[in-house]
Amino acid sequence: MEQKLIVSPSPHVHSGDTIPKNMYAVLIALIPAFLVALYTFRLDALLITALSVLFCVGFEYLIVRFVMKKEPSILDGSAIITGVLLAFNVPSGLPIWILALGALFAIGVVKLTFGGLGNNIFNPAIAGRIFLLISFPAQMTNWPSTAMAVETTDAVSSATVLGLLKQAPEALPNLQQMFLGLEPGSLGEMSAAALLLGLVYLLCKRVITWHIPVSILVTVALFTGILFLIDPLPQYNPLIHLFSGGLMLGAIFMATDYVTSPLTKKGMIIFGAGIGFVTVAIRLWGAYPEGISFAILLMNAFTPLINTYTTPKRFGEAVKHG
Amino acid sequence: MNKSLKILLNGIIKENPIFVLLLGMCPTLATTSSAINGMSMGLATMFVLICSNAVISLLKNVIPDMVRIPAFIVVIATFVTIIEMMMNAYVPALADSLGIFIPLIVVNCIVLGRAESFASKNGVLSSIFDGVGIGLGFTLALSLLGASRELLGTGKIFSLKIYPEQYGSLIFVLAPGAFIVLGYLIALFNRLQQKKA
Amino acid sequence: MFLSLSLICLTVSLLLSQVNRMTATPIAEAKAMKLQNAIREVVPAFDNDPVAEAYRMADGSGDSLLVYPAKQGGELVGFALNSYSNNGFSGNIQIMVGFDMEHRIVNYSVLQHAETPGLGSKMTEWFRDLTKPEQSVIGRDLSKGALTVTKDGGDVDAITASTITSRAFLEAVNKAYAVYSGSMENTWSGATTATENETEETTKEGGPSNE
Repeated sequence: MEQKLIVSPSPHVHSGDTIPKNMYAVLIALIPAFLVALYTFRLDALLITALSVLFCVGFEYLIVRFVMKKEPSILDGSAIITGVLLAFNVPSGLPIWILALGALFAIGVVKLTFGGLGNNIFNPAIAGRIFLLISFPAQMTNWPSTAMAVETTDAVSSATVLGLLKQAPEALPNLQQMFLGLEPGSLGEMSAAALLLGLVYLLCKRVITWHIPVSILVTVALFTGILFLIDPLPQYNPLIHLFSGGLMLGAIFMATDYVTSPLTKKGMIIFGAGIGFVTVAIRLWGAYPEGISFAILLMNAFTPLINTYTTPKRFGEAVKHG
Repeated sequence: MNKSLKILLNGIIKENPIFVLLLGMCPTLATTSSAINGMSMGLATMFVLICSNAVISLLKNVIPDMVRIPAFIVVIATFVTIIEMMMNAYVPALADSLGIFIPLIVVNCIVLGRAESFASKNGVLSSIFDGVGIGLGFTLALSLLGASRELLGTGKIFSLKIYPEQYGSLIFVLAPGAFIVLGYLIALFNRLQQKKA
Repeated sequence: MFLSLSLICLTVSLLLSQVNRMTATPIAEAKAMKLQNAIREVVPAFDNDPVAEAYRMADGSGDSLLVYPAKQGGELVGFALNSYSNNGFSGNIQIMVGFDMEHRIVNYSVLQHAETPGLGSKMTEWFRDLTKPEQSVIGRDLSKGALTVTKDGGDVDAITASTITSRAFLEAVNKAYAVYSGSMENTWSGATTATENETEETTKEGGPSNE
């Protein structure tokens, strides 16, 4: 059962990267978005994020220790990232027990059942979010109004931009507000600007390459752009689609997860385009207002297939016919 | 007698249609949203299995080899139609909730599989015991799956309240939950089998 | 080979026809009971057969609904209406809604829908929770105006996070009421100008339907 060999296409040059080093770089890249969340949701943001990390790391430790009976290696940081991303994907007022269930599902079912880091087919944080969204749809779509909007609305709960797209497209907010993060939403998806800052950091540090995030964003912009040109309705406006919901968060931090995305550049672009396409399709015609998490999960499942078809040929290898 | 018991247990444990043979997945995943649905589906299938096993075993020397599959299907379809009519007449609510999956027992591979691999080669009594064993294995598996999903999803087992419903995770009552719970039950079953061996 | 297969088919056909004869009546009864029960749930107690007396009636905007009149001792006590909306979050919603003779909703039941589980699907109970009068529609008098959700300026609290479903549900209720008030006018004009017997004829004008 033990997997001793990790097979990936050559060349194998060690870049000095280690798992912890990359993981902590991702955490640093998430800081701007966290600060925006802290500003809009105050202590709720801190509480949800801290507890989510605690639950994820705790469940990982307990399950590895007592169910799998191995030495836990929690310091590689992957459970911490899962915790932070899960927190970023839920509304700030989520009951704690629901958050704990999400963490248990993400770590216990999606990650460790498949053998832990490196063996999981699906991104744990995304799968955890979807588990919660399907299981507790009312609590997961109960968005508290942001601190900035309190004066003007009734402050209890309000619709997200994407919710409005489906219900009342005439009541859409302006783009600047969405870009800066003043519209209701999950913890970490508030501000596209803060998330883009994180992307720049990750690219500079060469933790990820541009292929996946850019191909997702370009596909979304192209797809909605074509629809917008044919019929300029507000629900087709590509800018609204780019800056609303969890698109940025998903494209930058979750689709780029090493374990669950393709290995080659060509594969990454196919992967990203698929995510962009499915996201828009779900947003416009699906039963749920947001589709990025379903899209990432779906393309996660295609990753092995994409790898098979995009793996470079070995030098001198004959092309098979028939 | 000893042999009959062995055939019976074989169907429940060693060749459990769900956990070991992985046959009949379609009704398994679709009808187990609650314990009572799972159990009813299992019992309906068991009825068809026992009857078709018995009849096919009786007719095994009469049916020519070349048309045996059509003949088996006709026999199985008859019993499925009978149970469908009976359910519509006397338990309409249950028939409604199982819907299309009752007529679909016709194409359940367990039923045809047992007819082909057991009933057409064994005596009537053994075939009946095989039908009971496999049917019980199927029913137990479906009830267990249905009960687990109902408990996790709505906090109830056979509509008996275990914990407040709002703490249930809806996903387990829906399609994805069927796959997840089935996966864990198979893992558990394998684990128990390994320990015994 | 053909002979044995034909023989098998012949035998099972005989068997099946026998079972069919046995179960035909109970199946028909069970089907009728189902509709009867859905009606019984939403109108005051009655002793006639609303299914046999059902008729179609226009709602004034080019559409028509099935109306089941409920009578107690020959006297009309309410109407059950099979109404629908195509504007649910996932399309069509079918409801059975009942009114008494004072324009008030007695009860409703959702016959068919494809709304999101856990969100829109809550409508089966949400609008008849008597402990929460701000979201319940039971007992509301529709002659005071159509029902709308609070977001649209009405006084019915929508299902949390399911405004679209709530709107569609109320649309179906309002549609039913439009047909109901048409039925009421027919009945009253009949009742004031003619005897009880003629009233029944008026009601049957649309032609009975066996649906």
